[in-house]
Formats: sequence, structure tokens, C-alpha cells
Amino acid sequence: MSASYILKRIALIFYTLFIVSLLVFGITQVLPADAAVMMLGENATTEALEALRNSMGLNDPIWMQYLRWIGGVVQGDFGTSLRTGQPVGPALFSALGTSLTLAVFSLTFMLALALPMGVVAAIRRGKATDLFVSFLSYIGVALPEFVTATLAVLFIADWWGILPPAGYVPLSQNPVEGLRHLVLPVVVVSIIMIAHVSRMVRSELVDVLHTDYIRAAHLKGLSRGRILLRHGLRNALLPAITIVALDVGYLLGGVIVVEEIFSIPGIGRALMAAIQARDLPVIQAGVLIMAATYSIVNFAADLIYAWLDKRIQYD
Amino acid sequence: MTDFLRRLLATPQGLIGSLVVVLVLFAALTGAWLAPHDPDAMAALARYKAPGGDYLLGTDQYGRDILSRILSGARSTVTMALLATLLGTLLGAVVGTGSAYLGGRWDEAIMRTVDAVMAIPSLLMALLVVSLLGASGANALLAVAIAFMPGMARITRAVALTVRKQDYVSAAVARGEGSLYIVLREMLPNVIAPIVVEMTIRVSFAVMLFATLSFLGLGAQPPAADWGLMVSEARQYLHRSPWILIWPSVVIAITAIGFNLLGDGLRDALNPRT
Repeated sequence: MSASYILKRIALIFYTLFIVSLLVFGITQVLPADAAVMMLGENATTEALEALRNSMGLNDPIWMQYLRWIGGVVQGDFGTSLRTGQPVGPALFSALGTSLTLAVFSLTFMLALALPMGVVAAIRRGKATDLFVSFLSYIGVALPEFVTATLAVLFIADWWGILPPAGYVPLSQNPVEGLRHLVLPVVVVSIIMIAHVSRMVRSELVDVLHTDYIRAAHLKGLSRGRILLRHGLRNALLPAITIVALDVGYLLGGVIVVEEIFSIPGIGRALMAAIQARDLPVIQAGVLIMAATYSIVNFAADLIYAWLDKRIQYD
Repeated sequence: MTDFLRRLLATPQGLIGSLVVVLVLFAALTGAWLAPHDPDAMAALARYKAPGGDYLLGTDQYGRDILSRILSGARSTVTMALLATLLGTLLGAVVGTGSAYLGGRWDEAIMRTVDAVMAIPSLLMALLVVSLLGASGANALLAVAIAFMPGMARITRAVALTVRKQDYVSAAVARGEGSLYIVLREMLPNVIAPIVVEMTIRVSFAVMLFATLSFLGLGAQPPAADWGLMVSEARQYLHRSPWILIWPSVVIAITAIGFNLLGDGLRDALNPRT
């Protein structure tokens, strides 16, 4: 892995964010919302609205508005929320922290289940265990988060009363209550990813177990466990890193729904509220932050992949 | 064709998937006539009925027959998912094949931009497009199509790149055919099989994405008998009768599983190695 590859990859992140910023700025420009009316209310006089538009620069050409916005973003200033009048940056970044807590727990939970499921299914290919795992993953992939979330709330929170149906308690404030509130959201957001990743791991491992070097290892008389660990898993799990990183895009989408249903004050919920209220600065910043998170995770995954697999030479 | 069908139905995925999809399409086409009751007829005395008797799946908070609502909702839900997938695939295929055909710097630039757009989660993309156009069924269709476009562009490009190396494309170039002719007449027909597989699986995503948009209040609007909307509305009444919630959820899941299985079956049937 050369320094020029890393530089190229970083340049790509900036290109991605540039395209996303153009896109989201374009969309919010066309949105039927007038920031001046939102701030002063429906009854404001025409003169007052015009004065505010002038002072906010809303009458400037679009490219100038874009440059002003992106110039602020580069300096860490995401603008002011039209709804709350508070700076957008700090509020969104603290919400992002909450969402990342949810995301990290979900990824960990997903890997802890999906990897063993995929491995067991591949080893016992065609047997009852394999069919059972495939069956589960078909069902898992087909259940949208809002359905699993609603059913989970119905059965586990309402009928059995084991876990709280909604809400969020910061882990730093009360770890036990915090974890209890995280269980249902984490499980719900993980289900589709578990189904997807376990299937990928299974098919990767099945392919690897049919290669010549595995046959050679068998002929050499190595034990089955050793072959699986040293030769099979190592080569089958590498592609899984890329798949998991791409799934983070899906995870970020799922987080929006789950935060909305479980009333978790994360970035997804902030975005939903902003979209409903046409709070343009929050929409712009929120989408940009989500895209940045996705890009950085995929960058990290590429680095880990290249570091683990020395055969890969990027130019 | 019959050989292909035999191969498709020989695998369990292909068999079950085909059965479920045929059933779902049948419901989408004839559901409105099959419905035993008027899907919008309210009955104050027959609210929150459990399944059984006159109401096979029970009734909802207004005493409407759930089975009838699911059957009549099949048309809009399934048709929309199919149309959105088709539109998204067409848009993506044009970008993907075009990019593969142009090659070189253009290909690089187009694909990096497609990658950039994919950094926005598809649900978020759909939410943005709907908020731009306004919440309605037709706009949700466009939103899902746009959300699908970059992914389909990537896949068609990958397939098209292999096709581009084939001799008949070189022959067309040598004949001096125009770019548009080569992309549309020579390359597109040959990239169709793998794209059909991907499309089939995407229909199940589309069903789920539509349902999610309706659930969030940005897709179909009440009193439409849309499956996602039915789940959304049922949440308030789940203590009175969980069936209002469970049935549409089950139907969404069955439809999504059906298209998923069919996609996997098609992949195996189209793959000459198996």
C-alpha cells in the first residue's frame, strides 16, 4: 500500500463530499421553503422580509450562496437552524454521537451473530443447519425496520414488559438503563445486516473451501480445525470487511427509521424533524455529515483490507 | 425457454419464489375484484374484530375488512415497486452502459460521481427527493427510482465492461456505427440477463422502501389501502387489536421474500456453470 494510494483515496473522499454538497445544496435550493418567512412568521411585512433576505444574502446569486455556505462548513460553521435559532454544528455532532453509539453496538452485535452463522452454514452446507440459517436470512432480509420495530415494541415491551418501549438514556449517565434502552433498537437495526452478512460469509467460505490450496492442506494431513482457521476463514473473511463497510450505508438509513420509532435523539431523528420542518441548514449539514461518516468508514475498511492482505498492491 | 423454466423451477428458491411472485402479481391484478368487502366501507359495530367468521383477517379501527384492504392495496404497492425498480434500472443502465462505452477518463469521472452519490443512504435520498416534490405516491415512485439509480449504474457498468470486449462490439465499431447505436443495439441486449436478476431482488427492496416512506408519512396518504400506511396507522391501535398491524406486516414480508427467492432462483438458472 503506497502513500500515493492513500493520498488518492483521501482526495476521493473530498470529491465525494464536494458532489454531495452540490447535490444537497441544489435540492434545498429548490425546496419550496422561504427561510425569511420561517424566521419572521407568516404575518411579517414585505419590507421586513426583504430586509432580512438581504441581510441573510438570500438575494445573492446561487453560486455565491453556495460558496458562502461551503466556506462556513470548511471552517466548522454549519449555519443556524431556522427552527431553533441555535447553531447547527454542535447540536448535530452531539446527535451524531448518540447515533454512533447505536451504530457501533449494532455492528458488534451483527458481527457476533452473522460470522458464526455464516461459518456454521458453510461447514454444514446442504445439511439442516445450513437450510435453517438460509431460512432465517431470507426472513431477515425481507423485514423492514419499521415492521420489526413495531412488532418488537408490541411483543417484548408491551406484552411482556421486559424492556422499555422507547426513549434514550446516555450510557455515561446510567449504564444499566442506557443499555436496557439500547437493546431493542440495536436488535432491530441489525436484523437485515445479520441476514445479509451471514449469507455473504457463507458463500465466500464455500468458495474458499473448494479451492486447490484447501485440498492441498487436506492432503498434507492438517486437522480440519486448523485448515478452517488458518486457511479457510482468513481468506473468506477478508472480503467481508468491504461488505460490512458498504452495509454501513444501509445502517445509516436504518438508523433514521429506528431513531424515529424509539425516540432516540440521534442524527436520523434530527434529519427527519428538519425535513418535516424544511429546516434547510440542518438538512444540508445532516446529509453532509452522514455522507462523510460513510466515506470515512469505507476508507478505513480499504486501509484495513490492504493492511491485512499484503498481496493487494494498489497503485 | 421451456428449458430455462425447468431449470428455474428445479431449485427450491426458484420454485417457491415463482409461486409467491405469481400469487402476488395475481392479487395485484385481480385483488380489487377478489376482495370480499368494500375496502373503504366503515362499520361502527364491527371495529377491532379478530380474524374469523365474516372477516377472514379481522377488521381495523374503522371496522374496515383487513383482507379486502390488503387485496386492494396489492395493486398500488406492487405496481409502484415494479415501476420504480424498472425506472431506476433504466436510468442506471443508461448511465452504466454509457460510462462503460465511453471508457477512460469519462468512465472514471462518471463512476467516481456515482460512488459519491452512493454515500447518501438510499432511504435518505428517497426522503430528500420526496420532500422536494411533496408527499404523494407518484413522487415516492420517482424517489425510489432515483435512489436505485447509482447502484444499478454500477452493476450495468461492470456487466457492460465484459460485453464491450466482445468481438461483435468491435465489429460494430469497425463498421463505423454511431455511439448511440452501439450502446442501445449491441451492448444493452447482452447485459440484460444479469440485470434482470438484480432487478428482481431490488423489487423486494422497493416494496420495503415504499412501505417505509408511507410509514414515515411521505408516501401514500390516508385513507389509501397501502400496506406501509396500514402498519403505520395500526400502531396507535395495537392494544385494541394487534391483527391490524400483523397482517400487513406479514404481507410485506411475504412479497419481499418472494422476489428475493425468485431473484436467487433466476441467478442459478441463468448461470451456465450450475
